[in-house]
Amino acid sequence: MAVSTRIVHNLYRDSVSLMQLSDTLAKRAGIAEISAVMATPANLDLLREAKLLDGTVSAGPNDLLIVARGETAAVSAALDEAEASLMRAPATGGDGTGPAEKKLPHSLAAAVAERPSANLVLISTPGEYAAAEARKALNLGLNVMVFSDNVGLASEIALKRLADERGLLVMGPDCGTAIISGVPLGFANVVRRGAIGVVGASGTGTQQVTCLVDRLGAGISHAIGTGGRDLHHHIGGASMLRGLALLAADQETKVIVLVSKPPAPEVMEKVLAAAAKAGKPVVVNFLGADPAAIKGRNLYAAATLEDAAHAAVSLLKGRKSRPVTRIPAVPRVAFKKGQRYVRGLYSGGTFGYEASLLLGAKLGAIRSNVAVRESDEHDDPWTSRGHTIVDLGDDVFTRGRPHPMIDHRLRNERLAKEAADPETAVILLDVVLGHGAHADPAAAMTPAIREAHETARRAGRRLAIVGFVCGTPGDPQGLKRQEDALRKAGMTLCASNAEAVRLVARLLPRDKAPARKKSKATKGRRR
Amino acid sequence: MSGLLSQKLEVVNLGLPSFAAAIAGAGGSVTQVAWAPPAGGDRAVGEALAKLIGNPAVEAANKKAYGLYLAAQPRLAGVGIARDVVPGVDGRVVLHAGAPVEWSRMCGPMQGGICGALVYEGWASDLEAARQLAASGAVKFDSCHHHGAVGPMAGILSPSMPVWIIDNPEHGNRAFSTLNEGLGKVLRYGANSPEVLARLKWFETTLAPALKAALAITGPIDLKPLMAQALHMGDEMHNRNVASSALLFRKLAPAMMKSGIEAADIAASMDFFTANDFSFLNVSMAACKAMMDAAHGVEGSSLVTTMARNGVEFGIRVSGTGSQWFTTPAPRVNGLYFPGYSIADAAPDLGDSAITETCGIGGFAMASALAIVKFIGGKPDEALGYTRAMADITLGRNPSFTLPALNFAGSPAGIDIRKVVDTGVEPVVNTGIAHKDAGVGQIGAGITRAPLPCFAKAVEALASRL
Repeated sequence: MAVSTRIVHNLYRDSVSLMQLSDTLAKRAGIAEISAVMATPANLDLLREAKLLDGTVSAGPNDLLIVARGETAAVSAALDEAEASLMRAPATGGDGTGPAEKKLPHSLAAAVAERPSANLVLISTPGEYAAAEARKALNLGLNVMVFSDNVGLASEIALKRLADERGLLVMGPDCGTAIISGVPLGFANVVRRGAIGVVGASGTGTQQVTCLVDRLGAGISHAIGTGGRDLHHHIGGASMLRGLALLAADQETKVIVLVSKPPAPEVMEKVLAAAAKAGKPVVVNFLGADPAAIKGRNLYAAATLEDAAHAAVSLLKGRKSRPVTRIPAVPRVAFKKGQRYVRGLYSGGTFGYEASLLLGAKLGAIRSNVAVRESDEHDDPWTSRGHTIVDLGDDVFTRGRPHPMIDHRLRNERLAKEAADPETAVILLDVVLGHGAHADPAAAMTPAIREAHETARRAGRRLAIVGFVCGTPGDPQGLKRQEDALRKAGMTLCASNAEAVRLVARLLPRDKAPARKKSKATKGRRR
Repeated sequence: MSGLLSQKLEVVNLGLPSFAAAIAGAGGSVTQVAWAPPAGGDRAVGEALAKLIGNPAVEAANKKAYGLYLAAQPRLAGVGIARDVVPGVDGRVVLHAGAPVEWSRMCGPMQGGICGALVYEGWASDLEAARQLAASGAVKFDSCHHHGAVGPMAGILSPSMPVWIIDNPEHGNRAFSTLNEGLGKVLRYGANSPEVLARLKWFETTLAPALKAALAITGPIDLKPLMAQALHMGDEMHNRNVASSALLFRKLAPAMMKSGIEAADIAASMDFFTANDFSFLNVSMAACKAMMDAAHGVEGSSLVTTMARNGVEFGIRVSGTGSQWFTTPAPRVNGLYFPGYSIADAAPDLGDSAITETCGIGGFAMASALAIVKFIGGKPDEALGYTRAMADITLGRNPSFTLPALNFAGSPAGIDIRKVVDTGVEPVVNTGIAHKDAGVGQIGAGITRAPLPCFAKAVEALASRL
């Protein structure tokens, strides 16, 4: 086994392209591990932790570093191939020194000079550079969506203050999803255009609401993201307030939906006061908030993302809406004695949070890294114990690895582990479609789902694998194709996360443990 | 307020190209940026830069500075002796290229040139004495740029040397440079043998008076039209000065004939002038200096007014940051070397001649100089590519300097430190390469880049002033 490195100076590639490259090269014979990264201090640390690097390398943040471990000849061939393919396929255009084809602008300012009518900048650069780019955009008079995460709180405050001075909108940082005038930004689904406007602090929350609205036959005017921290005390809901005002003034929007975890109390007060003056119905889904706190002639509290979508569509049709209680009729599964627990393996943080919230109310203690109650916090998210809900998109799992919505390997491994656990009864999964998600999640998941059933069967057990697909017929992956393939592999599909959770609660064997009252404590990771 | 939602959405995508594809796929309008971390990934500089982009104070200052640059009208006004015309060059003063640098740190060619100048001035009896005198501190060394002057390579200018006088009646400033010595053993490459010093004396006694007399007859010669014409004839007036030298000769020769100067001196002067393909280089440089000095000193402006190398450091100055130099170690030039020499023999990048690129000619006008395209790989397309790339980092194009090969577009001119740091595109500089040892002379030529760190430092300094 040999470890060898290669540096390509002054060549920048985004992390997704590099992970794809690493992935392809890792499949070569004789390669144990290979990693292509920009040589930032953080990436170098990761490589050192992985024992792929010791000491220093003469490479900086603008240099591309490839490290490989494996058989000597294979390593050297893989490094050659890596370098060759990087040189072959410039993902971001030429270096500006060669002749003369039509080339891409090299900076935000140059792009805006070329396109003076541009009005929004979508930023998905590494987080450490995102705030500076966002500031440039605001200075140049453009609205901003910062998809990047790892932007400091102080930067977020400064950006949102600047946006306020300029009368501009900042979505994010860490804003995963938006749809403006029918155009998907970031991780977004292809939904019908219509009269329901969304302001969401959570990307997957917004995806669930917009997909369900689409499924119910209505459409979306705009979905504005705020980033997960916007409703914290320090930020004060700046983006949600501006989004709300934009939708209130928008002719096309007839009903507004707000999606978030419960805001800081004084922020909640401000947001609800603004919502009360919106002049149109506002459905408020503050996951886990006390519905009694949401009062106002035009305000409607929704306990789940599903309820929020249903309420919005009902209000659009001038009807009142009741909470959804539907549970699909499925045959009971004959669990063995000892099969008692649900294991929720989520790729969407908000889905995991919603599931913890709803299941916690029905089942009592839930181990989770998206715990609703402090007592439920998970000491080791890599291992399940009792009822467990894991958000596999948590930083713990995604350091140096693609997000589970893009790469299903980590979840498939975990699925195998849960299937082998004699205490597992139900496995709960989310499947997210749309732009930015895996090109064919069903294809990536079905072998693992079949294998999980097979593992249980060999041990004389039966498993229930329950979930839902967050997507639309218009999504690039195709909702029906995905659902058909997943069903065929043995997954029971619901229309929404909330419905899946209700089904799980029904399927689980009755336990002697008393159900605990719903708690209002909200400590936990916000995504 | 409801602007964004009622306007047609037009997105600039910075980062993952797949997001741009999704937008375009939905019928949206999107411009992808070929983004890389600005300032070589230095976050502090990146934050300073963000404050300068779209900053109204900077935009207004740049508009003013750029207007001054464009309005400048350099003229070849005369020839004089440095001590009589260059401010602050009296007594024991020797000027040199680039940012100020003390004797002990100077590169070989600069020390060689200075020793030659000290002997030439009669301040030292021989080169060894000159070396001791230089090291003693009894001679003041200073940057040409601090005195309105520019000099190629070592850029040595001492009080007895004749200089071209360029004036700019539009703004009332003047610029100076020595007379070009030709190729081979010359002071600017650090040569200081008796023949080199004899030539300098001959400049003083014969060539300069002849040129001066001719200019007295022609009157001041407008340089912008002459330079514009030379661009159309294949010069970029840094590494190629054949056409511009001929154009100047065409004006000076008849006047010199009428000047009453002795025929033998006229013949010798004309012989020298016509044999030197670089005669115009020093005029070109001083003209550029006059134009850039006109634009210097506009508070808040991010326009580069100086790029110069002293053989140790590459330095720049910026209109809005006063007299401050922003320097970084000068690179060695990876160019074409004469037979028997390599980059190992080269002195680090040297000379004030990058004032031409600062002013929008030289490497920035590479599209005009297809004849010297061999320096950059050999294909005319590459020459056009260099000029096009420089348009990404300039405040505009100079309508006086048009480029036929680019449909008569103006040459990209007026380097903006913000654009350099934001795009990572470093300004190109055409250059000769000096041997690291004094007196060997030129050993090659090529293209180099003005290093990013100078511009990054300038960005931080400018941001801190606003």
